[in-house]
Amino acid sequence: MLENYLPILVFIGIGVVIGAIAIAVGFLLGPHKPDSEKNSPYECGFEAFEDSRMKFDVRYYLVAILFIIFDLEIAFLFPWAIVLEDIGLFGFLAMVLFLGILVIGFIYEWKKGALEWE
Amino acid sequence: MAFVSQAVDRVFKMNVEMMGLQLLLPEIFVLTMACIVLVLDLFLHDRNRVVTYGLSQLTLFGALALVIALADGDSHTAMFGTYVADPMASLAKAFVMLVVFAVFLYSKDYLRQRDLFKGEYYVLGLFGVLGMMVMISAHSYLTLYLGLELLSLSLYAMVAFHRDSGVASEAAMKYFVLGALASGMLLYGMSLIYGITGSLNIAEVAASIGAMAELELALIFALSFVVLGLAFKLGAVPFHMWIPDVYHGAPTCVTLFIGSAPKIAAFAMAMRLLAESLGGVQADWGGMLAILAVLSLAVGNVIAIAQANLKRMLAYSTISHVGFLLLGILSGTVEGYASALFYAITYAIMAAAAFGMIILLSRTGFEADTLEDFKGLNARSPWHAFLMLLVMFSMAGVPPTVGFYAKLAVIQAVVGVDLLWLALVAVFFSIIGAFYYLRVVKLMYFDEPLDSQPLEYGTDMHVAISVNGLAILLLGLFPGALMSACMAAMGL
Amino acid sequence: MELVYLAIPLAPLIGAILAGLFGGRLGRAGAHSVTIAGVGIAFLLSLFVFKHHVIDGAAVFNGSVYTWMVSDGIRFEIGFLVDNLTVLMINVVTFVSLMVHIYTIGYMADDAHNWPQESLAGRNSYQRFFSYIALFTFAMLMLVMSNNFLQLFFGWEAVGLVSYLLIGFWSTRPTAIFANLKAFLVNRVGDFGFLLGIAAVLMYFNSLDYWDVFAAAPAMADVSIEIFDGHAWSLMSVICILLFIGAMGKSAQVPLHVWLPDSMEGPTPISALIHAATMVTAGIFMVARMSPLFELSETALSFVLVIGAITAFFMGLLGLVQNDIKRVVAYSTLSQLGYMTVALGASAYAASIFHLMTHAFFKALLFLAAGSVIIAMHHDQDMRNMGGLRKYMPITWITSLIGSLALIGTPFFSGYFSKDSIIEAVHLSQIPGSGFAYAAVLAGVFITALYSFRMYFLVFHGKPRMDEHTREHLHETPWVVTLPLVLLAIPSIFAGYWMEPILFGEYFDGVIQVAPAHDGLAQLGGHFHGTVAFALHAFVNPAFYLAVAGVLTAWYIYMVNPGLADRAQRSFSGVHRLLVNKYYADDFNQAVFAGGARGIGYALWNLGDRVIIDGLIVNGSARVVSWVAAFTRHVQTGYLYHYAFAMILGLLALISWTVFMR
Repeated sequence: MLENYLPILVFIGIGVVIGAIAIAVGFLLGPHKPDSEKNSPYECGFEAFEDSRMKFDVRYYLVAILFIIFDLEIAFLFPWAIVLEDIGLFGFLAMVLFLGILVIGFIYEWKKGALEWE
Repeated sequence: MAFVSQAVDRVFKMNVEMMGLQLLLPEIFVLTMACIVLVLDLFLHDRNRVVTYGLSQLTLFGALALVIALADGDSHTAMFGTYVADPMASLAKAFVMLVVFAVFLYSKDYLRQRDLFKGEYYVLGLFGVLGMMVMISAHSYLTLYLGLELLSLSLYAMVAFHRDSGVASEAAMKYFVLGALASGMLLYGMSLIYGITGSLNIAEVAASIGAMAELELALIFALSFVVLGLAFKLGAVPFHMWIPDVYHGAPTCVTLFIGSAPKIAAFAMAMRLLAESLGGVQADWGGMLAILAVLSLAVGNVIAIAQANLKRMLAYSTISHVGFLLLGILSGTVEGYASALFYAITYAIMAAAAFGMIILLSRTGFEADTLEDFKGLNARSPWHAFLMLLVMFSMAGVPPTVGFYAKLAVIQAVVGVDLLWLALVAVFFSIIGAFYYLRVVKLMYFDEPLDSQPLEYGTDMHVAISVNGLAILLLGLFPGALMSACMAAMGL
Repeated sequence: MELVYLAIPLAPLIGAILAGLFGGRLGRAGAHSVTIAGVGIAFLLSLFVFKHHVIDGAAVFNGSVYTWMVSDGIRFEIGFLVDNLTVLMINVVTFVSLMVHIYTIGYMADDAHNWPQESLAGRNSYQRFFSYIALFTFAMLMLVMSNNFLQLFFGWEAVGLVSYLLIGFWSTRPTAIFANLKAFLVNRVGDFGFLLGIAAVLMYFNSLDYWDVFAAAPAMADVSIEIFDGHAWSLMSVICILLFIGAMGKSAQVPLHVWLPDSMEGPTPISALIHAATMVTAGIFMVARMSPLFELSETALSFVLVIGAITAFFMGLLGLVQNDIKRVVAYSTLSQLGYMTVALGASAYAASIFHLMTHAFFKALLFLAAGSVIIAMHHDQDMRNMGGLRKYMPITWITSLIGSLALIGTPFFSGYFSKDSIIEAVHLSQIPGSGFAYAAVLAGVFITALYSFRMYFLVFHGKPRMDEHTREHLHETPWVVTLPLVLLAIPSIFAGYWMEPILFGEYFDGVIQVAPAHDGLAQLGGHFHGTVAFALHAFVNPAFYLAVAGVLTAWYIYMVNPGLADRAQRSFSGVHRLLVNKYYADDFNQAVFAGGARGIGYALWNLGDRVIIDGLIVNGSARVVSWVAAFTRHVQTGYLYHYAFAMILGLLALISWTVFMR
């Protein structure tokens, strides 16, 4: 039974090796000209070291929430696409209905201006 | 092409019949109309907002007609056993429609006076109605949860509807966080039951529990979580903390919505969860509900006395009424269930009238939500004072109003299962509770008015609240019809 | 037919609601039109029901219209029992009520003068009055049409309530308020007994339906109960006496009669309505309806008989010394109610109901005629200021004469047939106390004739004694007033000729039950040879000669030798004072019951209320409540995490309860 896990072990081994090689190559071959910007950790758009209880722009959340909805929709579409042949026309129409309801929400947020930053 | 249309026909006919989609017509109708209203409202100018209102009322009316047309006195399941249409569902839905109809009507002027007359209130209301309908007709734990969440999310948003009000935002936040906690626990309880019985379907769970030789401790554990979720939704002590803050903080028209129709849906949820699926452990949940009921009666009635704000007072009064509702359910008999359904329906009607009166007395820039505002109402408008008197009498349980009969039926059911001490507790706290209802009557009739401004209300509001108030009296004089409908709904 | 039955009480109710709630908008004409239409419809339908049941001989209807609730197998319903007794009652009630309604248009025409100018209650008083009297009719119809004790009690209380409103109609007059309070309190005493009676019925028969109870009653005849240890009482006697106490309140029998004369403070139309057709007859009707129960208890019948006899004689005497025209008629009502009660006690239920009917006509006539006189006299009611009105008011005069002749039992008038059959039935009765009752009713005949014609002579004959101003304005009242007088005079004369089917025939078969041993009327029927023969039989009866003697005495004292009355008054001053003070019944009540109640109330207040209730319970519990409220207010902090914590604690409590308590 344990032999079933052998390919995984091999995978992990190869992954570690390749990762190590990539870092080693970069370290050995790359130029070394550090400055303060380069040394600071990357964080999308925020200062890295200050009080975390600062005010965020509420629009971040709006976009994030909208993103999650449509992200989940895509996640839902994958399994559906796989079994589409089995569930047939009915399954197709059910998804159309689902997307239709989402579209109504989309129309609403668009018209309300939730998609515009300014 | 002919082939395609044939295929479509076949697929649909087969599926519609197999799934029983025709039974879902009221829900489908409400969903469709809610979407239409939502989109249409986007393209309406503010001055035409009344179209949204009209369409929403039309939707409720259409749904009511569909519910009545589809009611045949039998029980059918649909959607592979996840949905049920039975007499209880029809009755509960019909009264949800009627109560929400009144709620929308009362809210109209109130919203308009505060520049809140937006489509969202009605759209969220319609989605809330859809959530209630799904809850009422749920025949699977997942459907039930879906309906509950749809209702709750609509309500959270409605509470926060007045964006510039700090109190409302605070109330919404509390409601949301506590609601999420409660629904998480409910879900946890459901998942435990799934683990024990291997099904989410209500009938299958019941059958599986019935077949058990010995009850597992885990089932009782799960039951506690389920009861918590339910008690939170109903607002039973000690899961009631959100009620006063939310009732007080929310705009009155939203309090009106939250305080009325969802009680009927919550009752239906209790029936589906406890009576139908967990009937096998009635002794256990009966005991839990007895504790909750006594606490609710005590806390609700006693604290209400100390309130100066009418909305807050009515919030505590809700808690005490929930105690009564739980009494009917915990008796575990068909008479008890019928009396609790009767109680839920009549309470929704009373609550609609009570908050409707607050709205009626309010006007632009003025909220009539303290007890002081009702002083000397008789001198200002005898008819409305009389209506409020009916509401207060009914809530206190004074004959011949319907509240008396509702309380009597519940107490009878409790005495019928030899729980005399519970009946005595209920009567004792009702007597304490009568004090704060009658205080309102005293203020209206024996005190001088503080405010001499004439009342502002439209004809529709006047007619609706008169009908609502008189319904309390008429149902009290002739409770037989509704009571036999409730009995029939429970299969008697 | 069910719809017709339902429409009879509902038509006046709708009229009352319209006139009462929308009186301001309907205006005066609108208000009296709708109520008269309502009562008129009820009357026409009653006639139709009469034809259906009595002429066409339809079967008795007994059915429920609406089930209010079912509790432990006992049904609380609204239902109708329509048999010949009900048919008779609804016809009498609606007819008299219709007459009173029409009459009221004239009587209340200038009611605005009866109110102080600034009084708000005076606004729309006309409409309100019509609403009340229509409501009164509704309540009485519900009472007589009921098929169960609950609805009977509802009608009973509703009648009491509306009478309270009507007696105190002129609510700015202290005397009216005192009178209506008195009527209400005295009726309360009776109603308490009545309620206990109904409760006893419910307890032992487990049903409120008349027919269920009647069917089960014979089996209960020998049951006895012990209310106090060691004293066994017959169940039926207890139930019947309790029920009769209710009747004593409503039908004003000694000692619960004190409210009726005072109720003359109300406007005259309601005096006619209360004392002729509706409220006071409720008790008589109820006992007749309960005949299957009363027949099972000789004790109760004897009690009824004695109370009735006392009322019939002693209340009549009081009529002799009154000077207020309406009070004379009121005391005559008391005495006539005594006659009806005597008949009930002698098991002559049919005679009692028959007298109720004829009395309804001529007493309504007398009241309305008195009201007509009062209108003409500008609301002066003192007979000492009248006299000689015959010339000015011919219609009122003639109709009053007819009413008085009927009242004293002149042969060929309706009152003769009913009253004489009562006297004969009492004569034949074997129940303990019947000897006393016979003497009382015979003597009552003389008294009745005396006070009736005293009033008649003082008002209509002799020299006019009113002031000049009033006399100049004396004239006959308008047609809305005189028309009801004429219409009521007709049955006052002729209603008696219906006696054969009612008293000796099959009219009340299956409705009123009389034990063969008690059935005096049947014996009387054996000697009956037609109504005319019955009337001619008067001339060999002592009653007739007593009546003639009464009239002649009145004529001699008040027409021929007017000084005699004063001399008699002086020489019998003790008796006179006793009568004027109404046997000191009011003073006795004031001193003993009112004073005693106040004394007990004061004691209870001091000890019970101030010390125990206020000190311990109210303030004590208020302290507890406020302490609890303050404590729980602290729990309701407003912090989210406290709330969530409370929920978790609650969950833990639930789990531990189920785990450890199972």
